[in-house]
Amino acid sequence: MSDTATTGIKQSFQLKSASVSLTALELYYFDNDEFEANLREKISQAPGFFKDIPLIVSLDKYEGLDSELDFFKLIGTCRRHNIHVIGVRARTDDQRRLARGASLAILPAGSQRDQSENAQPEEPAPETEVSTGNQPPEARYVTQPVRSGQQIHAPDGDLVVLAPVQAGAEILAAGNIHVYGPLRGRALAGVNGSENARIFCQSLEAELVSIAGHYKISEDLQDSGWKGAVQIQLKDDLLVVTPLDKA
Amino acid sequence: MARIIVVTSGKGGVGKTTTSASISTGLAKRGHKTVVIDFDVGLRNLDLIMNCERRVVYDFVNVIQGEATLNQALIKDKRVDTLFILPASQTREKEALTPEGVEKVINQLAETFDYIVCDSPAGIEHGALMALYHADEAIVVTNPEVSSVRDSDRILGILQSKSRRAENGLDPVKEHLLLSRYNPQRVERGEMLSVQDVEEILAIPLLGVIPESQVVLNASNQGMPVILEEQSDAGQAYDDAVARLLGEDREHRFLNAQKKGFFSRMFKGG
Repeated sequence: MSDTATTGIKQSFQLKSASVSLTALELYYFDNDEFEANLREKISQAPGFFKDIPLIVSLDKYEGLDSELDFFKLIGTCRRHNIHVIGVRARTDDQRRLARGASLAILPAGSQRDQSENAQPEEPAPETEVSTGNQPPEARYVTQPVRSGQQIHAPDGDLVVLAPVQAGAEILAAGNIHVYGPLRGRALAGVNGSENARIFCQSLEAELVSIAGHYKISEDLQDSGWKGAVQIQLKDDLLVVTPLDKA
Repeated sequence: MARIIVVTSGKGGVGKTTTSASISTGLAKRGHKTVVIDFDVGLRNLDLIMNCERRVVYDFVNVIQGEATLNQALIKDKRVDTLFILPASQTREKEALTPEGVEKVINQLAETFDYIVCDSPAGIEHGALMALYHADEAIVVTNPEVSSVRDSDRILGILQSKSRRAENGLDPVKEHLLLSRYNPQRVERGEMLSVQDVEEILAIPLLGVIPESQVVLNASNQGMPVILEEQSDAGQAYDDAVARLLGEDREHRFLNAQKKGFFSRMFKGG
């Protein structure tokens, strides 16, 4: 969408569409001191990458109170570390109002397509030791029984439970779920929409299993692999349970 | 260093107070200076089972609110002289148990007692949380039926996430399973979960199995901790549990249905 001049007079500018890849900072809650400490830690891993970068603040996963969102402090802290906050991806009207008050651009809310790798330097500065970018997301390991009423979430990667998951407990993962014990509670894999996620368990006694939002309840699980070691995967929008010795 | 033991279950009516009374009496009988605290503010029962309801002047909440000293509120047991009872208040709300107040009382008791047994109210609300917060060990009282087992599971999760030990990243609360109201005949008929079923589901070590018995009810009604009924199954089962709590290795008894012999049938013993 270029804005062509219709008159002979040359305009002082022209609007062009541009698409730039930006780094988004996914904010979970805001406490200025903690924020600065975390930021400093991240920067120390790749100082070259963060110098003078533009940054957008995404509030898609913000869990804190809107009243705690102090964009002025946030901008100031980033500025001190040579990071330029240019916009906010807000979810609520209050957040948009606060962003506007701090003269920040407002971007439409994000989609699942955002990859967490985006936040990582694509070409790490030579002085960094961490190899980022292609590293798979961190798995979460649980060695204690997951008891009724407890919820365990692996928001980025796989969840590995080396103990029973009891009835009334709930485990969720962005990636695969492994339960080396009886799975008696609810297990939801691929919660961010990953249809390739799978669930593995030593004894299927679950109340509910779900992959990328496709679920089956206990009643529908009785016929195949009940109380056996199984894997569960999504095939053509259907949850398929396969005993592990036949997989 | 005092050992703080909470007797808890999640579900009501499974035998927490009966167990608190018997375990604390058993510990005291072996010479350990023991105090048992009733955390069930508003539904005070421990004093009845310990037969000291007529001697309650001040209670736990009075102490917390500074209306009485601990020594004024503690009731000395008449049967075992190393046993003391701190009764709950019947007229207040559970919220009267403030975290600071409870901590102060527990710390003060810990200076002079070997064992502090906390009798938890049912549920997973404030009163139960206060009772389990300071625990070093937990006796989870469970009946052999699915809803009790699930509630026990819930309380185990809370013990490992909301107790002082969990919050401060110390060694986790040591868990013990006490299966009460166990009836081997009904297990054989498939009407009750077996010890193995419950152990398998909850995955914590078994402290004891208390057989279902009329003696328990009679003892409660008479204000007598059942552990003092030394001839009864239930009393002996509690005695075994106390011994195991103190590190003794005792075989589990009363797990199988006894075939009634001619004499026992004649005399209706058991």
